[in-house]
Amino acid sequence: MAQIFHRSTNLISRVSIFGGLFFVAALGAALYLIELSPYYTTVGEAPEQPVPFSHRHHVGELGIDCRYCHTSVEKSSFAGIPPTQTCMSCHSQIWTNASMLEPVRASYATDKSLEWTRVNALPEFVYFDHSIHVNKGIGCTTCHGPIASMALTYRAGTLYMSWCLNCHRDPSKYVRPRDQVFNPTYVPSEPQEILGPKLVKEYNIRSLTYCSTCHR
Amino acid sequence: MLTRGTTKGWIAGFLFAFSLLMMLNYAVSYLFIKGVGIWGINIPVAWAYAITNFVWWIGIGHAGTLISAFLLLMHQKWRTSINRFAEAMTIFAVMCAGAFPLLHMGRPWLFFYLMPYPNVMWLWPQFRSPLVWDVFAVSTYFTVSLLFWFVGLIPDLATLRDRAKNKIAKILYGMFAMGWRGSAVHWTRYELASLLLAGLATPLVVSVHTVVSFDFAIAIVPGWHSTIFPPYFVAGAIYSGFAMVLTLAIPLRKFYHLEDLVTMKHLDIMGKVMLATGVIVTYSYIVETFMAFYSGNTYDRFMMINRMAGPYWPLYVVLITCNLVIPQALWSKRVRHNEWLLFAISIVINIGMWLERFVIIVVSLHRDYTPSIWNMFYPTRWDWAILFGVVGLFFTLFYIFIRFLPMISMVEVRSLVHETGKKNAH
Repeated sequence: MAQIFHRSTNLISRVSIFGGLFFVAALGAALYLIELSPYYTTVGEAPEQPVPFSHRHHVGELGIDCRYCHTSVEKSSFAGIPPTQTCMSCHSQIWTNASMLEPVRASYATDKSLEWTRVNALPEFVYFDHSIHVNKGIGCTTCHGPIASMALTYRAGTLYMSWCLNCHRDPSKYVRPRDQVFNPTYVPSEPQEILGPKLVKEYNIRSLTYCSTCHR
Repeated sequence: MLTRGTTKGWIAGFLFAFSLLMMLNYAVSYLFIKGVGIWGINIPVAWAYAITNFVWWIGIGHAGTLISAFLLLMHQKWRTSINRFAEAMTIFAVMCAGAFPLLHMGRPWLFFYLMPYPNVMWLWPQFRSPLVWDVFAVSTYFTVSLLFWFVGLIPDLATLRDRAKNKIAKILYGMFAMGWRGSAVHWTRYELASLLLAGLATPLVVSVHTVVSFDFAIAIVPGWHSTIFPPYFVAGAIYSGFAMVLTLAIPLRKFYHLEDLVTMKHLDIMGKVMLATGVIVTYSYIVETFMAFYSGNTYDRFMMINRMAGPYWPLYVVLITCNLVIPQALWSKRVRHNEWLLFAISIVINIGMWLERFVIIVVSLHRDYTPSIWNMFYPTRWDWAILFGVVGLFFTLFYIFIRFLPMISMVEVRSLVHETGKKNAH
């Protein structure tokens, strides 16, 4: 029987040796990049909400404090989604006939909560507490992004563990003075490289990276 | 044996092994559905059959590497007729071994967490854990063994390609022969590659089982926490490995009439290697027992007494009989030259070495520091199904191997015949 493979096919053998390593590595790299891309993480995509609530208008333009609605952020693990009554504390007086606010009025009349779509949802195996972050000088916008300019609310971070660890390994990169935590347009008064370590020391911030910090 | 066609004996053996493999398939599927709770493991005996089997199989692999790599560097010519199937045995045994840590995981689908790869969790394996060293030791071992075996096969694959009578065989052998033409350049590179791979593989004979022994020695469980473990495990590995080579070689030479290639001299040498490593293992047992008492440590002493007289004492007695007493028969040349006796002893050593790992793992764990958590381990039917199922996996692979690949290196035997022929002519 004659040889099936001509000598020129030896090139295929060589390429396959190289490819066995290279193609596997390239495939892994491609998957990693997809996992980081907004296509997969949905960072920057605002989900559909019952009412197109604008943080840009309420926070950026009107200057309402975060805690006016998210009341429990300083004391609780959960920042709190405001009840319809909070909305109506203003909207019973202004924009009372706006069609956009019809679901709010309906909710107020029927006593049935508005069902907002969670934008920042952590998995259940992660323990997260807003109060400790806020009280140690981590600003709202550090994690939630430029909320004062979000017409529709979107997630600004990936919520990947790497994203958490980025700060947990070195909090001095992000810490700010306690009185600036709720400032949505905060700019450090002196360079962060100087301010950060100072505040870490002052607030006694520890870099907690052991597993059970979050996975309890 | 490749051209002779499929024999009835091969079909019967293959079907038996394959049915065991299907049992494994069933048991593992059920395991993945239900979790490791279907085994007899509990707290404190969280490691039992799976880890015993892992250590046993990985130990068996060692003989193949020793024969192929170490003896190649030592210019031991007698290895040529047994190295090919010993290497195959190594690869299949490492495959069987590698399955167990994965099966033993609570969530086996997350096994890749063991590898350091860039990920969005910024999670890195715990490099201080010997279980991670294991991953590297075993995967390196598998890769090097596979490469060594494959490189050694290339000239033979080319011969098979040239002699193939049907198209499919021609294409398949041709693909794996990777364009071998037997030119002088090819041979030089072949020799060089074999030598380099042998150099890479030789340290693995010692390193892999050393790392496996660290799984135990690093822990603080009495009966595990001992500096003698690395050499003791390596000797035990070679001991059981050679026993397995004999278990395979003796029936093979009988059924395929290879008495002229795998001669009585080969069996004799392997018997001697078993005896030597068996003596080292015996010495380790004695030192282990002595140190338990000499240390003055209450827990170590209790562990040793519990091993000998605790609820698992019959296993200890069988272990000592299998590994220490019966192999002493190998001192006699008459025993080493009786293939029936050698085969029986090799089986006995295989059983003994499995029991040794069981005694080290389960008997040490079941009564450690805190009496209130002492517990007994009883294997369930799933433990047994997986133990014998993996034997089925091993033999299925082995049957496929002896049917489709040359189990004795044609190239090396030809050159050996040539060389010794020349010597006689002078």
